[in-house]
Amino acid sequence: MTRAVDDVSLSVATGEFFSMLGPSGSGKTTCLRLIAGFEAPDSGEVFLEGRNVSSVPPNERDVNTVFQDYALFPHMDVLTNVAYGLRVRGVSAPERTQRAREALAMVKLEGFGERRPGQLSGGQKQRVALARALVNRPRVLLLDEPLGALDLKLREEMQIELKGLQRRLGITFVYVTHDQGEALSMSDRVAVFNQGRIEQLAPPRELYDRPGTPFVARFVGSSNVIEGEFASRLTGNAQAFAVRAEQIVALAAGAPLPDAHVEYRGALLDVQFHGATNRWQVQGEGMVIAAEPRGAAAPEAGSQVRIAWPRAAMVLLAAEPRR
Amino acid sequence: MRALGGLLYRRPGLNLFLLLLPPLLWFGTVYLGSLIALLLQSFYAIDEFTATIVRKPTLATYAALFNQPANMDIVRRTLFMAIAVTIACAIIAWPIAYYMARHARGRTKALFYVAVMLPMWTSYLVKVYAWRLILAKQGILFWIFDHLGLAGALDAVLETPGVGGPSLSSSYLGMFIVFVYMWLPFMILPLAAALERVPTSLIQAAADLGATPAQTLRQVVLPLALPGLAAGSVFTFSLTLGDYIIPNVVGAPGYFIGMMVYQQQGTAGNIPLAAAFSVVPIVLISVYLALAKRLGAFDAL
Repeated sequence: MTRAVDDVSLSVATGEFFSMLGPSGSGKTTCLRLIAGFEAPDSGEVFLEGRNVSSVPPNERDVNTVFQDYALFPHMDVLTNVAYGLRVRGVSAPERTQRAREALAMVKLEGFGERRPGQLSGGQKQRVALARALVNRPRVLLLDEPLGALDLKLREEMQIELKGLQRRLGITFVYVTHDQGEALSMSDRVAVFNQGRIEQLAPPRELYDRPGTPFVARFVGSSNVIEGEFASRLTGNAQAFAVRAEQIVALAAGAPLPDAHVEYRGALLDVQFHGATNRWQVQGEGMVIAAEPRGAAAPEAGSQVRIAWPRAAMVLLAAEPRR
Repeated sequence: MRALGGLLYRRPGLNLFLLLLPPLLWFGTVYLGSLIALLLQSFYAIDEFTATIVRKPTLATYAALFNQPANMDIVRRTLFMAIAVTIACAIIAWPIAYYMARHARGRTKALFYVAVMLPMWTSYLVKVYAWRLILAKQGILFWIFDHLGLAGALDAVLETPGVGGPSLSSSYLGMFIVFVYMWLPFMILPLAAALERVPTSLIQAAADLGATPAQTLRQVVLPLALPGLAAGSVFTFSLTLGDYIIPNVVGAPGYFIGMMVYQQQGTAGNIPLAAAFSVVPIVLISVYLALAKRLGAFDAL
């Protein structure tokens, strides 16, 4: 039997912005569905504010979900969609209209109440989904890749708005994403998922500065993971380490190696223009290293280059956990 | 050849027109043309003395149709049967279609679809006559009721006026059972197709927002499946309205619209009245569709 998630144990603090980050199929969405109640765990338990909800159906859990495809009811107008959670709980019609209007105002969609979901853009649908979940004032809001279908500009705006909403309302957010930028910029803490397990659970800064495993180093901040013979020579044992591309400097031919730096020579395979920096792909020592040296003009592709990084920038990594 | 290809590429409208022309001609003449020809007949009338058709537009045939209380009885009887059959089919089809569309997977699902369609692979007449035997006084149904000690209950049902008769095979109840049996697949299939299209995330979203399973069914699944239910009910409704074999073979002596059409255009030779009778189901179904649209059955399309 394959396990979508295995041996995952985590606790989220009240009012926290907690992210579950990982590639597709890593088990992060399954975890979210376990919290929402759409799936029941084969073993293990889910607690919500101290209450064991493992056998409680989703409609009796005090959590609300923003779905990846928004899941707006196509046969109801926007206002009815937003008021739906109040309607099934027996809130009176005038009050639920009032509260639904407030929720729409909160996501800046005043005046859209009479429209059908089919008449909205992706970004507007996403806001309606958010308002529909928040109108119930849940203890926990679950967000399943809510920005996945939006274009970059809108995504960045929504990130700022989501974070602002979360701060203002004080609701616990559990946020699932495969976008490490999104997770790092909004979260208080991030759990990095890989193949159904948590590789590392830490605040964004720590994840970025001190990745614990080769997977986290590659997935978060796309560090170079250096292992094998070259790593052994530098660290004295077989332990792998990570170096981030922007911490690598370029050395001119004949220039001396700065203090406490490690030198690496290789052929420049390719240079990618990234705006503020250029990304060099340097091949040597049986591997390719990505470097973003600041202020250095890139030599021609194919030429031999010298790059170096400070010893302090090397982060020792634990071996990949055995599966 | 190449020039023609180029022309068709640059004028997609012409291309489409040429491709659609043959099927449209077929559909237009064979289906709509003959239907219109039939409907036009209803505006002619028959000469009482010579028994020939007078080819002059008149509403006399419709007047004859509506002024005869017996004719209106036939329309009412057929309409009532069609409504009852449609409701029964919808109630029986819903759980089956729901299971097929939303729970069954792989082989089970294929098996269900085959099982639903299997009865349609047999001759319609064979099935109707088989039902006559099943429902007959010496048939298997009476035999079962007899052995269960329920013969009295069955007799009591058959004594109900308007529903019963001397035996099931010559009662409106028996006719109703056969109609429901015949048209059930026509309800299940469109309903299952509609239910299959309801995204799982909508059902989960309703539960997530606090709706009980019953509320989710009523407020989310049912409205989204309504187009399928409407399509299925148009089948069961119109098939019952137009059928003349089942009322002939099974059931009480009362006439149905289909039988009237058959008789008027055949033995009676009154084509205009037969045509007028066949307009009735068309009108009834149009009214039904307008009502369904009013009630929002097609809003989710």
